[in-house]
Amino acid sequence: MNLNKIIVSGALLSLFTAGFINKPQPNHSSASAPLQEEKFDAYKEVIPGTKVSFELVPIKGGEFMMGSPATEAKRKSDEGPQHKVKIEPFWMGKYEVTWDEFEIFVYKEIEKQSMNASSMAATGPSDAVSRPSPPYLDMTFGMGKSSFPAINMTQFGALTYCKWLTAKTGHFYRLPTEAEWEYACRAGATTAYSFGDDPAKLDEYGWNYNNSNAGTKKVGSKKPNAWGLYDMHGNVAEWTLDQYDPNFYAQFAKNTATNPWLKPTKLYAHTLRGGSWDDDPDALRSAARQFSKPVWKQRDPQIPKSQWWFTDAPFIGFRVVRPLKQPSAEEIAKYWSEPIKDYGS
Amino acid sequence: MSEEKDNQSSFPHLSRRGFFKGSAALLGGALISQIPFETNAYARYGADDTLKVALIGCGGRGTGAAIQALSTQGKVKLVAMADAFRDRLDESATAIGTKFPDKNRFDVPEKNKFVGFDAYKKAIQLADVVILATPPGFRPIHFEEAVNAGKHIFAEKPMATDAPGVRRVLAAAEVAKKKNLKVVVGLQRRYQNAYLETLKRVNDGSIGDIVSAQAYWHNAGVWVRPRKPGQTEMEYQMRNWYYFNWLCGDHILEQHIHNIDVINWAKNAYPVSAQGMGGRQVRNGKDHGEIYDHHYVEFTYADGTIFNSQCRHQPGTMNRVEEVLVGTKGRVTLSGDGKGIVTDLKGNSIYNHRSKNDPDPYQTEHDRLFAAIRNNTPVNDAEYGAKSTMTAILGRNATYSGQVIKWDDALNTQLSIMPEKFAWDAPTPTKPDANGFYPIPTPGVTRVI
Repeated sequence: MNLNKIIVSGALLSLFTAGFINKPQPNHSSASAPLQEEKFDAYKEVIPGTKVSFELVPIKGGEFMMGSPATEAKRKSDEGPQHKVKIEPFWMGKYEVTWDEFEIFVYKEIEKQSMNASSMAATGPSDAVSRPSPPYLDMTFGMGKSSFPAINMTQFGALTYCKWLTAKTGHFYRLPTEAEWEYACRAGATTAYSFGDDPAKLDEYGWNYNNSNAGTKKVGSKKPNAWGLYDMHGNVAEWTLDQYDPNFYAQFAKNTATNPWLKPTKLYAHTLRGGSWDDDPDALRSAARQFSKPVWKQRDPQIPKSQWWFTDAPFIGFRVVRPLKQPSAEEIAKYWSEPIKDYGS
Repeated sequence: MSEEKDNQSSFPHLSRRGFFKGSAALLGGALISQIPFETNAYARYGADDTLKVALIGCGGRGTGAAIQALSTQGKVKLVAMADAFRDRLDESATAIGTKFPDKNRFDVPEKNKFVGFDAYKKAIQLADVVILATPPGFRPIHFEEAVNAGKHIFAEKPMATDAPGVRRVLAAAEVAKKKNLKVVVGLQRRYQNAYLETLKRVNDGSIGDIVSAQAYWHNAGVWVRPRKPGQTEMEYQMRNWYYFNWLCGDHILEQHIHNIDVINWAKNAYPVSAQGMGGRQVRNGKDHGEIYDHHYVEFTYADGTIFNSQCRHQPGTMNRVEEVLVGTKGRVTLSGDGKGIVTDLKGNSIYNHRSKNDPDPYQTEHDRLFAAIRNNTPVNDAEYGAKSTMTAILGRNATYSGQVIKWDDALNTQLSIMPEKFAWDAPTPTKPDANGFYPIPTPGVTRVI
């Protein structure tokens, strides 16, 4: 049934790697995938050649006020000044990326086992994108794999997963920018959480320190926000595409920022959003910003430390986005990052 | 001085049941005074003296250990480096130099960089403290050399890959004690608060007597370094060392020793026999040498306690890296990620360790070693390091042979798995067949003692 799609994807891969692709692909035969820009619906993406899929939700473009007002309870100074942001349309993962998806990327053996010979040939070698080094430790921390969010990866690891997924599907997947993430989390709301201001109601929407019994939970087991996205508050804190700068918003105080993005150039700090099972409710607010820390690799005994894994951050994960308008291969290449050697900070 | 006191206060001391007796790091000072030590073999270091360090084995772990040594309190300087390979040494020097641009900490001139199988000898001579972090097959040779030269030692685990190697380490450990040398072994769970605090509860009698134990190291496995053109067989095996027993000892030893050591520590004893099963079903390519991808071992202690040990390197399977103790009154679950849970037999919580702000156990190892050297307080982990190494080898012997193997027989065997000669063109203990595959240990056939 998916044969056409697989062949299309295979052909796209060679275009992609040759640097020629610049348009979304027309005429997919698979009913599950949207192919034309005018058809901006929810869809399911099957990782080609495997039985594993993930769901995407359309997020229409628009404007919103990013950051929190100075009056918001437990608000921190890096959430301001509030400013207007304009966002282009994109699809966003309905759920956080689970180990089911992430392990196919991490372990070539699993990808090989899940694909038959013809689909391997059709989609080409996955070696087009480098894979993580196998972690020495159990990166699930015993918190569960099937339908549980993948955890402990670095921003580079999460983004390289997107690069791998792009090569495999021909669709440009990446991490959301901080602005895209907050826009999607708020889902039109201007309150501290997408459901209002009352942290007591959080129990219906988000796994946090008070209700998680110290661990991740299966994705999608709480209520979604108004745009159909699950676990935007809590479960795992989610990687964004940005370098963390507490003063980044200041430059936009009097302007409208269009698709703002602070591209990372340094290993620390990178921005995470949404808070996690290990956080108190205030860290799960829509505007709350978290940032990566060297201590999250404390128990990595190797130098250089892993570019792919944190040894001490079982509370971080990510979800993917796909811009409605797929940029050219040259533009896409600007989103990927090169690893920075970590000699221990 | 005060730092050492602080350090010690966070460690449980000798207990009424002698629970920590197996941990030489925690022996009181009384024992040391009974040892007639050779004062000339022991130099005293004051707070202002610079401790000179040599790094033997410049891979990722050795480099990490060197940086931890250089991060201890007081004056300390890396003065010499040794590795079989120049490129590994250079990568390591770059990493350490980036972390410590100051020559007061990192000053290894070209003449103090030694490459090759004999490199360790020259580097050891130049130091007060040596870091032994090569693949474990070389550990007995390097440990013995360092002890004979009167050096203090940080030795990564495991301490050997076969029984003759273990015996060599045990003999050298005795000499080290007499010379009052300080030895820390990289079984970092012994220095991790989650373990120390949780096992303190076990020692207090919270779970009664330990009657059963389980340990797990289930994950996907580690790196592979494929063969490159122009490599001799010896160079290939040295590069892809994880998959050759004389270098690595199989993953039941190289990784699972951490979990096995915890059970020995909690029992304050070592098993008297083992039987088990294992094989390789998933990780069985040309680049995977001769080691298994799974082992299941039943260890028996003298008091009848059964300890079930499992380790598996298979992607896509259940992950778990933990130790479990079952007592007559309760249970304990421990893991290196900071878990330490004590319950009664009905599951009611007795203790739940919060590890969020615990210190890095890898750094603590070095803090303790260097403080012990400066203050002349005892620390010598070599004996338990060697005996937990032997425990894992006993388990490997059981899975490779399919027989019941007794501790004494396993420890006393004359069977060595090491090469007779170390040189790039020397014969290796195992060789590939015409298709590039190595002989695989076979239960019912393979001889281990």
